[in-house]
Amino acid sequence: MAGWLALGQFLAVALVLALVHRPLGDYLAHTYTSGKDLAPERGVYRMLGVAPRSGQTWQSYLRSVLVFSALGVLALYLLQRMQPLLPASLGLPAVPEGLAFNTAVSFVTNTNWQSYSPEATMGYAVQAAGLAVQNFLSAAVGLCVALALVRGFAGRGAQTIGNFWVDLTRSVTRVLLPGAALGALVLLLGGVIQNLNGFTEVATLAGGTQSIPGGPVATQEAIKLLGTNGGGFFNANSAHPFENPNAFTSLVSVLLMLIIPFSLPRTFGTMIGDRRQGYAILAAMAGIFVLSLATMTAFEFAAADGPAGSMEGKETRFGIAGSTLFGSTSTLTSTGAVNSMHDSFGALGGMMAMLNMMLGEIAPGGVGSGLYGMLVLAVVAAFVSGLLVGRTPEYVGKKIGPREIKLACLYVLTMPALVLAGTSLSFALPGIRTEIEETSMLNDGQHGFSEVLYAFTSAANNNGSAFAGLTANTPWLNTALGLAMLLGRFLPIIFVLALAGTLAAQDKVPVTAGTLPTHRPQSVLVLSGVTVLVTALTFFPVLALGPLAEGLI
Amino acid sequence: MTTFRSTARQIAVAAKALALFTLLLGIAYPLLATAAAQTAAGHLANGSPVSAAGSAGGNAAGSVLLGQSFTDSSGAALPQWFQSRPGTYDGAASGGSNLGPSSTELAAALEDRRQAVAALESVPPEDVPADALTASASGLDPHISPEYAYLQAARVARVRELPEPAVRALVDAAVQGRIAGFLGEPTVNVLELNMALQELDT
Repeated sequence: MAGWLALGQFLAVALVLALVHRPLGDYLAHTYTSGKDLAPERGVYRMLGVAPRSGQTWQSYLRSVLVFSALGVLALYLLQRMQPLLPASLGLPAVPEGLAFNTAVSFVTNTNWQSYSPEATMGYAVQAAGLAVQNFLSAAVGLCVALALVRGFAGRGAQTIGNFWVDLTRSVTRVLLPGAALGALVLLLGGVIQNLNGFTEVATLAGGTQSIPGGPVATQEAIKLLGTNGGGFFNANSAHPFENPNAFTSLVSVLLMLIIPFSLPRTFGTMIGDRRQGYAILAAMAGIFVLSLATMTAFEFAAADGPAGSMEGKETRFGIAGSTLFGSTSTLTSTGAVNSMHDSFGALGGMMAMLNMMLGEIAPGGVGSGLYGMLVLAVVAAFVSGLLVGRTPEYVGKKIGPREIKLACLYVLTMPALVLAGTSLSFALPGIRTEIEETSMLNDGQHGFSEVLYAFTSAANNNGSAFAGLTANTPWLNTALGLAMLLGRFLPIIFVLALAGTLAAQDKVPVTAGTLPTHRPQSVLVLSGVTVLVTALTFFPVLALGPLAEGLI
Repeated sequence: MTTFRSTARQIAVAAKALALFTLLLGIAYPLLATAAAQTAAGHLANGSPVSAAGSAGGNAAGSVLLGQSFTDSSGAALPQWFQSRPGTYDGAASGGSNLGPSSTELAAALEDRRQAVAALESVPPEDVPADALTASASGLDPHISPEYAYLQAARVARVRELPEPAVRALVDAAVQGRIAGFLGEPTVNVLELNMALQELDT
């Protein structure tokens, strides 16, 4: 019975995505290749003083990304520090320095890790004009970088990879703002709140009192999901009835998270002029998604035999299947929203949430970042296949030479290095270890270790979900996780844009009888295999210390 | 030098872009959307408030979306009400226990609650459903399972000196099935059920 219902909700998601990914993917391709600007966009370019038809070299594009993001961190930091001066701040004080740094980095890197409890920390001004703005802009930056890489594959002897300011503006005006407004409308009709009421004290039926929170939630919720950001308006995130009131809004949330990442492979196929390549990427993403979702769901149903019936940290209206669909989606994209508390999942179910992130968030991954992550792995897979059969490695008409493979490897190595270094240092440095064990960890033993491992995995992958028992608002974790988020976001972006530049400059290699195809089922399997193997070999030992030890012993 | 000059120019462009998008996405968009939502769907936008039956002027008794606590100040169940899942139902501090599967603290809490619910409802401990033992993710879960609601019907009827079939009929009416037959789980909204109960009892 439960299995059939889980299958039903999965099929509903699959059906919508199957119907939408082609038109949306082609719309995105049109958006980023069109030579026409809308009237409001021309106004934006005039105000910014940019020439919309002038392309940027990869170095210049990268500088724009980094400068824009650095200013975003600074602005968001200052906004939080100035909170008492802002309107609609509910009388909340300035956010302390360490926490403000961590949060600013968190939202600009599309992580939305929250070391704080929003109800007690963030007023409406900071939420709407600070955090939600970065929900839009960090997702837009992800789209820009992905599109720049696609142009690299599509280009022939090109010196430029597009114009960042145009890509950024179009991401907002043509994709994220219309999409978020539509999403907000659907969520509002589903019961998500949208007001500026502050906290209202009411008398409860049994004679007590209750504080009812308010807030402009629907607008923030929609972009939190559509932009695969994940930072909740409330501490309970999408488990909060005002963010996610019923199973229908929960399904809409899942669709909002998946819709852009699963459409981008089509965009890639359309833009490089070979849609079969897009389908191959999509197939690898979908295969891993289905396998991972089924595994997490099976683990959580199996854990229901225990005394908690798998319901600790889960909402009645979502049940087990609705929680694992949301949890898998959230950790396989870079969203990190939760409608159940992953910390209270069974040991192996919680491990799946970690494993999903450790895969590098490529199935389908975050908005933009999922596609560029998967394309980097496709480069690695093409290289491996080429070596296996003794041919010059090529991918979609581009030679994979030493420079390309070095950049791809640097990309792949960054995240595991950050996760493993961060987790190890937390336990290896004596003073830090004491703080971690006495202040940060809620659970003890292996599960406490998993909380710290989860935190660094989430930060370095820009996911933002947590084993939320962890108290991360400490000097060490605010700083170390902040750095992991920064490096986990921008080092890969540097490598991707460098790769885009070197690919764009190449001519296309003509397809010959000797070309190894990359769109057939066997190449999809190689790509999926490379993805999983890289993860399994890197993270198996550390998983054995945490969730595997807890779940199997 | 060109790099330096181009970076300086980019900083100016970035600052303008950030200011512009903050005005559009962070101020205009949420305020316009809030105004539109308040005008067109005020009830939903304000959290689906409910009024207690019989209260003068229909005073708000909370939100149909947010669970409430039906316990005394020490946390002991008030036997005349259907009970929500364990938790404090503090609307200013949402969240779960975050206790993990191997937590001894959680195991002890589960066992305590199992004994307490079994004693309150006069049923064997193994008959207590999981949602009666566990804290939710939000700490504000408005629902319990139909199983737990039916389990409480006899005790509520006895304490209120109402016929048990009448109370069970209230639960029947309060059971909400899966959306479209397959989404989510069957639920009973505890606040709505208790409001119907109060109406029946006055």
